[in-house]
Amino acid sequence: MGIAFVPTAMSMGRLIEELNRLPGIGPKSAQRLAYFLLRAPGEQVKALAEAIINIKEKIIFCSICQNITETDPCLICRSRERDQTKICVVEEPLDILALERTRSYHGLYHVLHGVLSPLEGIGPEKLKIKQLLDRLRGGTVQEIILATNSNLEGEATALYLHRLISLLGIKVTRLARGLPYGSDLEYADEVTLTRALEGRQEI
Amino acid sequence: MSRPRVYNTQAIVLNKAELGEADRILTLYTPHLGKLKAVAKGVRRPESKLGGHVELLNWSKMLLACGQNLDIISQSQTIESFLPLHDDLQRLSYAFYVAELVDRFTPQRDENFPVFRLLLDTLHQLCQSCDGELILRYFELHLVDYLGYRPQLQQCLNCHSPLRPAAHFFTPSGGVLCPHCAHQEAIIYPLSLNALKVLRFLQSSDFTAITRLRLSPDLSGELRQIMQGYISYLLGREVNSAQWLDRLRRETQQSWGYSSEGERSVRIRESGGSNPPISTVS
Repeated sequence: MGIAFVPTAMSMGRLIEELNRLPGIGPKSAQRLAYFLLRAPGEQVKALAEAIINIKEKIIFCSICQNITETDPCLICRSRERDQTKICVVEEPLDILALERTRSYHGLYHVLHGVLSPLEGIGPEKLKIKQLLDRLRGGTVQEIILATNSNLEGEATALYLHRLISLLGIKVTRLARGLPYGSDLEYADEVTLTRALEGRQEI
Repeated sequence: MSRPRVYNTQAIVLNKAELGEADRILTLYTPHLGKLKAVAKGVRRPESKLGGHVELLNWSKMLLACGQNLDIISQSQTIESFLPLHDDLQRLSYAFYVAELVDRFTPQRDENFPVFRLLLDTLHQLCQSCDGELILRYFELHLVDYLGYRPQLQQCLNCHSPLRPAAHFFTPSGGVLCPHCAHQEAIIYPLSLNALKVLRFLQSSDFTAITRLRLSPDLSGELRQIMQGYISYLLGREVNSAQWLDRLRRETQQSWGYSSEGERSVRIRESGGSNPPISTVS
């Protein structure tokens, strides 16, 4: 469904169509954004355009942890202060941001860029699993922390990785699964509650 | 018109797809409405009250509200989440296969209570028993049966002559062929006498009976090949989670130096059985 425009506003029409392609942006929101940009100061619009171009030109994947980065290796892999004996395995780059916000983890990361999904036909070859196994051959890593999401595909991925990595004689741990902070016990599901009971700790 | 605005149902979650920022479209299998798709709003937010109650392969009680296009899940309470599946990659993969077959074979909004019952029983069996392969064969045979594709195992599909105790052929057109008629079919699988007996036994018995069966690795492999051939012929495509199961089997063989079936034959020896491949089938 194209958006009709008078020929004098061709460039406007093009912008609206481009914005319309973004996730969650419908034709009306696209028009509003386009008119906002039209009225915005020139520097602001230029800054946005540059920022967009930069992510395509400068962002690469770290050859070690597969995270998105501008320098290879990335800042985390390069840092001497991080614990080189631990690797935390996550599904997506955004998961690293969440874990870094906790300031409780000081080891390294590995990004799988997805999760195993037998139903969708997503197998290990489509994830960065081989790269993870290559990293483990050095012998410095003593613990792998599996931080895949707490759902069935996340579990399947964790079980699969555990099977591969435990053959190498490396300790494999899984993030605790239990009640989220700020949640009601009443609405917790059986899997969560069972895990929470299993993982209970003495106060 | 006469449909109420909200309704209660039980459901097993077969599949899920992300929708927008925090929603999901779930494929549900229900006892009295068959397969249906429904939206779980806000389920990806941590504070969602649906959360784990609408995870894959969960059996839940749900309250759904009729939407314009898709119905919306407004409440959900787990009946059972089949916890043993969550800790075992092999069993979990079998369960994924079961869910995918039900999803691919059934049309939407078409009540089929036997299929729901079979799905539920199969998930329960996978939580308990060791021989997942045999459970899958039982599930496949009965699933195609309830959907109108029951294979003919008693007489030759073509000439209707009774089958003699000899090797035969299986054709995905829907059953067994005698050696004379086999050459007229395009796709045929050789079918040993033992395999035919197992298929007949599975077709005519219930779940409790199959725990008595012990299959040799070769026989188990033969039955898998035949049923997978039949299933992919009926669906007109390969089954994703079957390919995943194949991969797991290959990797197990490579990394451990013995086959998963090998494991099973060891167990049979321990349990004292001599080695009749199918001891309970007459």
